[in-house]
Amino acid sequence: MNSEFKPENLAWIILLLPLLSAVLITLGARRDARLSAVLSISAVGISFVGSIGLYILVGAMEVGKAYSTAVTWLDIPGTQGLQIPLILLVDRLSLMMLLVVTGVGLLIHIYSAGYMREDPGRARYFGCLSLFMFSMLGIVLASNFVMMFIFWELVGVSSYLLIGFWHERPAAADAAKKAFLTNRVGDFGFLLGILLLWSASQGRIDFEALQAKVSVNPGVFGAMAGLAGLLIFCGAVGKSAQFPLHVWLPDAMEGPTPVSALIHAATMVAAGVYMLCRIFFIYLATPAWPASMAFLGNVTALDIIAWVGAITALLAALMAIQQNDIKRILAYSTLSQLGYMVMAVGLSKTAAGSTTAIFHLITHAFFKALLFLAAGSVILAVHHEQDIWKMGGLRQRMPATHWTLLIGTLALCGVPPLSGFYSKDAILALAWEHHRPLFVVGVATAALTAFYMFRLYFVALLGKARSDQAGHAHESKAVMVVPLVLLAVGSVVMGLVGVERYLVGGALEVTGWQTALLAPFHHAPTAAFAGLGAAAAGVLAAWALYGRAASDPLPGLLGPVAHAMAQRFYFDEIYAWLIRCTHEALSYVADWFDRWIVAGLLVKGAEGTSVLLGWGLRLLQTGHVQFYAFLFAAGLAVMLWWALR
Amino acid sequence: MGIGLQHYLAVSALLFCIGLLGVVLRRSLLVIYMSLELMLNAANLAFVAFSRFRGDLDGQVMVFFIITVAAAEVAVGLALIVALYRRRQTVQAEDLASLKL
Repeated sequence: MNSEFKPENLAWIILLLPLLSAVLITLGARRDARLSAVLSISAVGISFVGSIGLYILVGAMEVGKAYSTAVTWLDIPGTQGLQIPLILLVDRLSLMMLLVVTGVGLLIHIYSAGYMREDPGRARYFGCLSLFMFSMLGIVLASNFVMMFIFWELVGVSSYLLIGFWHERPAAADAAKKAFLTNRVGDFGFLLGILLLWSASQGRIDFEALQAKVSVNPGVFGAMAGLAGLLIFCGAVGKSAQFPLHVWLPDAMEGPTPVSALIHAATMVAAGVYMLCRIFFIYLATPAWPASMAFLGNVTALDIIAWVGAITALLAALMAIQQNDIKRILAYSTLSQLGYMVMAVGLSKTAAGSTTAIFHLITHAFFKALLFLAAGSVILAVHHEQDIWKMGGLRQRMPATHWTLLIGTLALCGVPPLSGFYSKDAILALAWEHHRPLFVVGVATAALTAFYMFRLYFVALLGKARSDQAGHAHESKAVMVVPLVLLAVGSVVMGLVGVERYLVGGALEVTGWQTALLAPFHHAPTAAFAGLGAAAAGVLAAWALYGRAASDPLPGLLGPVAHAMAQRFYFDEIYAWLIRCTHEALSYVADWFDRWIVAGLLVKGAEGTSVLLGWGLRLLQTGHVQFYAFLFAAGLAVMLWWALR
Repeated sequence: MGIGLQHYLAVSALLFCIGLLGVVLRRSLLVIYMSLELMLNAANLAFVAFSRFRGDLDGQVMVFFIITVAAAEVAVGLALIVALYRRRQTVQAEDLASLKL
């Protein structure tokens, strides 16, 4: 080949291979589950290799430089025209995300081959999984708002298909619908924000152009800057399940466990945070509110974002304390960690600062995927029992799962030298520096995190078997255990390879790991020790209450508060009530309209008018010829008078 | 003062109105028929008067046509009345109201 090989073409291969796999599976390989699995796994595998290749080729590019390649999608000519090309943007941020998404995705694909081995629909499963990979990679590589929105919705569709994978179960079908509709609410705000930015910037929607505009003139969006930022954040509220749109994520656990790992822990829900970091320059515009929102005063969009994240983190941690389903505990944990990431975005003052959120996103992807996959291993071993109070005693029976789950738990709780410690500490340091109340919330949430995670560990894995199924558990097959081990390795080392350093221009390497090991204690000792202390307090409290518990002691101690936590603070009930009220009001109005206007005025009115007219005209039909002749003459007289007046 | 066009037209109009009143107000079919003929002849008078006072014969040619048509009409109409009498044994207009709704 004599044409020059351009790195950006590799991006097309990375993006389109999973789509090809999805198309082939849907159109051809549906009957052959094994072929579907092979197609899907190899597509992701090649994408992963491609991402590594991209890293080797262009990984050392400067910050702010990007490789891109374009295909024109929409071209409306004219001065008021619109050109929307599909451009794949490869810069440091998207390269990092590509590696994480394809890497974790590959491990989860391999795990799925084992987990779904007996499921009759697994060809469809791998097809949906490939569709999801394509959509997620599209979000990572998107370079303008419209492209991102397209793939945003595609990811929502894939999520719907995968949550409702076992669609014969009404709970799964309802959960899929709920996820999609809740996301739609967020996407509505997202779309409004895109339109607002499009109009405020005279028709530009691609990130590079907008970023240039803002850096040249920070006041370019005028009074709409804060509102646009807030509306775009709505998209992240929906996709990343922030309060108040968090209700869909725990229900999404109705899907298969690898789906929960991939979509609802590692990648899709992180798309919201990724998007916020991508378009962070919007929040660097001069803060301003339109006149009707002037009551917000000095509060900026970033402040609101930080608080929403903090509230989500704390609320989800509280709800997790009283959940008994292993997947739901992990779901609330995901919600809580997403709250941390969003809080980190809100606390960033510069675009460089938003790398903290991405750091936590990456470490979270590893250990949360690990936790979910380990939970899946446990669930399969105890024959699809998900209540932690029916597990127990798995430490001896499932050693590999046990150790990897423990590593994941320690990483999540922020225990050094595991990766979670460094990323969480970065967030706490940011909060300590900029906004003390948020620091308190962060530390409290860290304590709660340690508490509920070790509650899960002590109850589900240690102690004696609490049921027959737990007593007969045995370790899972290698195809499931190997990804667990690899993810555990990732959870351990990701904190030490310098992710944040890479994103701001440094290199991704392990050479400095000895200094990196204890760096937080030198740079921001308050945050590091506070985080460590909170984690220790949580573990001790969990040990005290659940170390040897046969049943949950917390309802006895906290009474109605514990009950509220177990009922997830009644959010689902409140939302259902709200929707029902709106529905009923609307149906009352529609019924009134149908009854009185359509049936009454229009239908019966037409009938009555015809009847009246008929009565009147009938009076003229007397049957007497002389009367008719008289009418002739009278009519003629009237016409003559009218013509001659 | 001489007899002008307007006098003839006034007579014609009067005749027409008398005929019209007869059609509307009389009860016997034959009298209604005669009144109808009176109306036609009133029109004839108007046409002839116009022809005399314009100095050409167009009006009188029209009268020829009208007389012919009236004659044919009378023939047909009387045949209808005879047939009607044979059927209904009456020539009173108020008895013939079977088209009433």
